[in-house]
Amino acid sequence: MVLPSAVDLARFQFAFVMVWHFLFPAFTIGLASYLAVLEGLWLATGNSVYLDVFRYWLRIFAIAFAMGVVSGIVMSYQFGTNWSAFSDKAGPIVGPLLGYEVLTAFFLESGFLGVMLFGMQRVGKGLHFLATCIVAIGTLISSFWILAANSWMQTSQGYSIGADGRFMPESWLAIVFNPSFPFRFAHTVTAAYLTTALVVGAVGAYHLLRDSYNPRARVMFSMAMWMAAIVGPAQAVIGDMHGDNTFQHQPTKVAAMEGHFDTERGAAAKVFGIPNAQTEHLDYGIGIPHLASLYLAHDWNAEIKGLKAFPKDTWPTDLPLVFFAFRVMVGLAFLIIGLGLASLWLRFKHELYETPWLHKWAVAMGPAGFIAVTAGWITTEAGRQPFTVYGLLRTADSAGPVQAPAIAASLAAFAIVYFVVFGAGILYLLHLFRQTPEAHDPGAPQGQPVRTAGITPAPSLAGDRHDRDSSGLPEAVR
Amino acid sequence: MSIGALSLDLPFIWACLIAIAVFMYVVMDGFDLGVGILFPAVHGRTERDIMVNSIAPVWDGNETWLVLGGGGMLAVFPLAYATLLPAFYMPLILMLLALIFRGVAFEMRFRALTEGGRRWWDRSFSWGSYAATIFQGICLGAYVQGVRVENRAYAGGWWDWLSPFSALTAVALVAGYGLLGACWLIWKTHAELQARFRKIALRLAVATLGFIAAVSVVMLFDAPFRERWLTFPAAAGAAVVPILVLALAWLFFNKVRGNGEVAPFLCALGLFALSYAGLGISLWPMIVPPHVTIWDAAAPPSTQAFLLVGAVVLIPIILIYTAYVYWLFRGKVHAGVGYH
Repeated sequence: MVLPSAVDLARFQFAFVMVWHFLFPAFTIGLASYLAVLEGLWLATGNSVYLDVFRYWLRIFAIAFAMGVVSGIVMSYQFGTNWSAFSDKAGPIVGPLLGYEVLTAFFLESGFLGVMLFGMQRVGKGLHFLATCIVAIGTLISSFWILAANSWMQTSQGYSIGADGRFMPESWLAIVFNPSFPFRFAHTVTAAYLTTALVVGAVGAYHLLRDSYNPRARVMFSMAMWMAAIVGPAQAVIGDMHGDNTFQHQPTKVAAMEGHFDTERGAAAKVFGIPNAQTEHLDYGIGIPHLASLYLAHDWNAEIKGLKAFPKDTWPTDLPLVFFAFRVMVGLAFLIIGLGLASLWLRFKHELYETPWLHKWAVAMGPAGFIAVTAGWITTEAGRQPFTVYGLLRTADSAGPVQAPAIAASLAAFAIVYFVVFGAGILYLLHLFRQTPEAHDPGAPQGQPVRTAGITPAPSLAGDRHDRDSSGLPEAVR
Repeated sequence: MSIGALSLDLPFIWACLIAIAVFMYVVMDGFDLGVGILFPAVHGRTERDIMVNSIAPVWDGNETWLVLGGGGMLAVFPLAYATLLPAFYMPLILMLLALIFRGVAFEMRFRALTEGGRRWWDRSFSWGSYAATIFQGICLGAYVQGVRVENRAYAGGWWDWLSPFSALTAVALVAGYGLLGACWLIWKTHAELQARFRKIALRLAVATLGFIAAVSVVMLFDAPFRERWLTFPAAAGAAVVPILVLALAWLFFNKVRGNGEVAPFLCALGLFALSYAGLGISLWPMIVPPHVTIWDAAAPPSTQAFLLVGAVVLIPIILIYTAYVYWLFRGKVHAGVGYH
């Protein structure tokens, strides 16, 4: 039996803690913005349904955000514990980008999160809304820097290489705004928004299946389906542009995603197949002729380079992983766009809230965003292999001195703790999702210390009591 | 590379900034880890809720200083980051896992579906606080004792961090954080609960002072440290530190026994600051003791300058809004009242 090498274990550990971590921001980036919109709508219209929905999702946000924070602290130390050679060589470039993320985003988010969760009574409505907006903006600033760092590792520029092999910054503007950054940023943030929309939509749909008149479930479902209908197709366009960019700058990654071994004119888009690196052939390949040439080079007969056009030691190390992860992402994209368009049609027919098959579909699609962002992440990261900095620094030369048994032991510890702690957290989230979104009663006694009852009993809210029943429905969902 | 930056000693400025960030982390997360450390001394559910609620709005911000310490070091002293983290591989990872247990417990203990479940999250909070503190203390001791570096990489073994000295610093830090936590709770609680924390603070202060003395004495057995602290004329300046420690200890005991509300907490912060300064006197200018200096480990000037521009502007802003958040949640925490 061949035991995995230290580098493989370190890679797997990074992938494991990264994928777990990203589940939370993928959800909270969108949820923070959603909460800001809900609170804004409540302040603008005075309709307490929005406040009820805000309160419902705030409790969920608090848990998801806490899990994102603690799993994120781990990430800021992974580079040093397992990838110290990378840290030493690329630290002068990647480090400040992470430093700016902490200075411009993490402090902002964590500082104002406390106000957002516990401060309603202390600061008043306007300032509380400001805190919510600051947290939402903080999550976007954070995405900006971390994706700038990741994009630089994919499409590097603005550097020189010193005598000791270290990357030296030459132009920070070129480093931050490297070729793949704008596309990756747009694609990832949009993905996060869609992920949130699918969860909100699933929860709204679940409660509509039980009571199609619940105004809060209607608000959730309606807003989520607008997102799926508009942002879903937009994401397809952004994704295509991101793909074009990758085709120009990381041809081996695209060849692996497409399952192309041979360079061809009028290359086919492979729908299915099993890439075989040994035989250098896509087994059982089924494809649509010319289509890949069309969407990659925007020319029916364009020449598309296959993997064989590149030295084999620069091919992604796990071809089937890249190939299938990409297909999972694209397949889910079709289902998401389909859901959005179906909702648009039923909305047009005034049957949005009375169509159980649509609600069941939306419930089933609840986790789709998480799966899609994870698959997309695997595509781009596994597709960058065998490099950490594409074409420049090999993964094998990035690892640190820590030996396999130590990495295996820490990996096992991470696995146990993550499954237990985050597993429990996810169970609590599911439990909260199952709770019917009720009208908030400002005068109700607080028996149990319900955490996010934080924002409760603000006396100023008493005036909003009149529209607790369905007569208080916002115009859009009546 | 701007010409202005060349005339500045960037590694020196950054060493000061990183030292400040680490100190901010130590005292801020110190008092909220201390709250977890005091959990076994307090059993009532209401009392424990008060304790957790006193830090709930701020713990996340406190912990962010740890990320700044890590991220900042990667940026401006990559060699230190790349050698210290592998050297402290095991204690660091265990500390991070402990922080996970503790961090999620803030929300989970209010979300638990059963009483038994809630008790487990209480344990997760308290044991996580202990474990995080112990492993931080171990890293501190191992750091002071030094790390072997060859060819820009850690060259020591996997258990180098474990020694009687690092065990001593681990226990010392538990007492120290417990003291900070007790003083914080004196400030944030009242009546009977406050009286209880006054008693606990007194005991923990005695323990902390004892550990400070013990660690100092052990360090004096090491020739380079002895040289710094006991050779004239440097010793004359260095002697200020222990004298100030004694003065502060005297003030602390007076204030805890009297009616001091904030004063005990400030005194405890002072003790931490003095111990930290003592450490600085011992180690300067090494960033990876015993041989790698801040200039050896520095990132290129263009990297240090780029982040410095942001740090100079942003750190004051961060301090201002952090202070605002603390001010917003000022005052005593009362039982059952609205969770802020």
